[in-house]
Amino acid sequence: MKIAIASGKGGTGKTTLSVNMAHYLAEEEKIILVDLDVEEPNSGLFIDAKLIHQEHKYKMHPVWIEDKCTLCGLCQQVCNFHAVIQLGPQIMVFPELCHGCYACSELCPTNALPMQKQKMGELKHFQRDNLIFIESRLDIGQEQAVPLIAQTQKYVDQHFEKEILKIYDSPPGTSCPVIEATKDADFIILVTEPTPFGFHDLKLAIATMEELEKDFGVVINRDGIGNNDVLNYCKAESIPVIARIPNDRYIAELYSQGEIIYGKHPVFEQQLESIKQFILKFRNGGLT
Amino acid sequence: MKEIVIISGKGGTGKTSITASFAYLGGKDIVIADCDVDAADMHLLMNPNYGLEEDFYSGELAKINNDRCTSCGACAEICRFGAISLKNGQYSIDQLNCEGCGYCARICPTEAITNETLKVGKSYISTTRVGCTMVHARLGIGADNSGKLVAKVKNQAKRIATETNKDYVIVDGSPGLGCPVVSSLSGANFVVLVTESSISGLHDLKRVYELVKKFKIKAGCIINKSDINPKISLEIAAFLSKENIFHVTNLPYDENFTKAMTNGQTIVEYDHNELRAQLTKSWEKVKELANQ
Repeated sequence: MKIAIASGKGGTGKTTLSVNMAHYLAEEEKIILVDLDVEEPNSGLFIDAKLIHQEHKYKMHPVWIEDKCTLCGLCQQVCNFHAVIQLGPQIMVFPELCHGCYACSELCPTNALPMQKQKMGELKHFQRDNLIFIESRLDIGQEQAVPLIAQTQKYVDQHFEKEILKIYDSPPGTSCPVIEATKDADFIILVTEPTPFGFHDLKLAIATMEELEKDFGVVINRDGIGNNDVLNYCKAESIPVIARIPNDRYIAELYSQGEIIYGKHPVFEQQLESIKQFILKFRNGGLT
Repeated sequence: MKEIVIISGKGGTGKTSITASFAYLGGKDIVIADCDVDAADMHLLMNPNYGLEEDFYSGELAKINNDRCTSCGACAEICRFGAISLKNGQYSIDQLNCEGCGYCARICPTEAITNETLKVGKSYISTTRVGCTMVHARLGIGADNSGKLVAKVKNQAKRIATETNKDYVIVDGSPGLGCPVVSSLSGANFVVLVTESSISGLHDLKRVYELVKKFKIKAGCIINKSDINPKISLEIAAFLSKENIFHVTNLPYDENFTKAMTNGQTIVEYDHNELRAQLTKSWEKVKELANQ
């Protein structure tokens, strides 16, 4: 089962919740935590586990073979992303713009644009007892997170059974990387804070999940600051508020050092237990 | 005219709160570009009037005309994104997976596939309550191409600044280091990195600065919530000095950030003490650095 932890606004506590939940649940069963925020992956800073496997991840883009090219210009015509441009007597390829659709390569009448792989990032697989941790990080300068997120999920699907509980720490926002990270999830936990920015971005995230037709619930972090807009909204819209993590400087301090919080903060642990009960109920088909 | 971009790598470090304070202090001398088009929040503090509105079209989506389709399956075979599948004997496009590359439409033997241009968002040129012009946008839910919308917002802001003789364009960037961030950095004169005193803040700062370096743009850094972990703040300061990043200021962990936001105000309006003084000094410093 796949649970994605997402949010519209960044910095609301996605990673804090993901790593604490993963450790907490791993006390009783095998858990896979996957960091899909490949642009800025942070879960790994909170995990002490042994590296089991690592691999480079590649995307494909065309390379121009001058000798074979007749300069017919078809490649430029078929590329919707302006990644292949004909400039006088040569073809320029811009790998960072290429989406890897293969159209130019396969439609080229003289095979002058074979596809070649380019490294876009790295995947690492760690384990310690019940906790398995997978993270991918995008190489700096690579603009597209989506292909790496997709390949990371594929790795997880190929290596682990469907039944194992998986937690996906997702990127912030509402655009394509978030869709890629959440579209296969069974349930999405949206983490927000009760502030105007948090509320505004939560509504965007909710609209995204509704568009994807996903089941979702809300966790309010830093509860006690700001105002009651988030809570009132969730009540009015019948959106489950799964937990409310108090606003506490001590939590921020523990987080800042990369520490797991629940053993040191009983209220935090209580809220984590509520989330756990909610997930278990969901897994057993108990939500209506 | 100088273009100042504010980014953070990590989300939630206080980027928008700080940018809004700079916008308030800059007032009529500046144009703001809210380039965090995914989750744009600047309007909540600036109260723009949603002036000139434009639709933003970008990218395409394939569509199969079932009357023409012979179910030969050629499209599904060549699609690298797994966006075409056979359901109940008919091929259909999964909109979420379609990249809009148009390959399927080109090879379909019966011309059953067409590409439709997508309206992915709206952009606005507005007047704000603090006196400056603001260019902002709203990206459609789950839309692709936020990098292109970022470029549009930024270019409009630059055009307006040039036409109206403004000194600065202030760009509020998005978190991460993918296409929207790359788009917001291109052509900038100065970058303000807003980080926080945590190992995540430092980790993300290092990564996003690698990207800034590729653009060869001068940078300064504000360490927010710096008293949460003084040890990490020192580590961040050491990193800044090693990389020749100007250390603009350290801001404290202060709930006035949230209280100001809840009031719909910038921090410099809400707080009349130390925070306001520090941010005012920081804005003066950032302007000076951008002009060097």
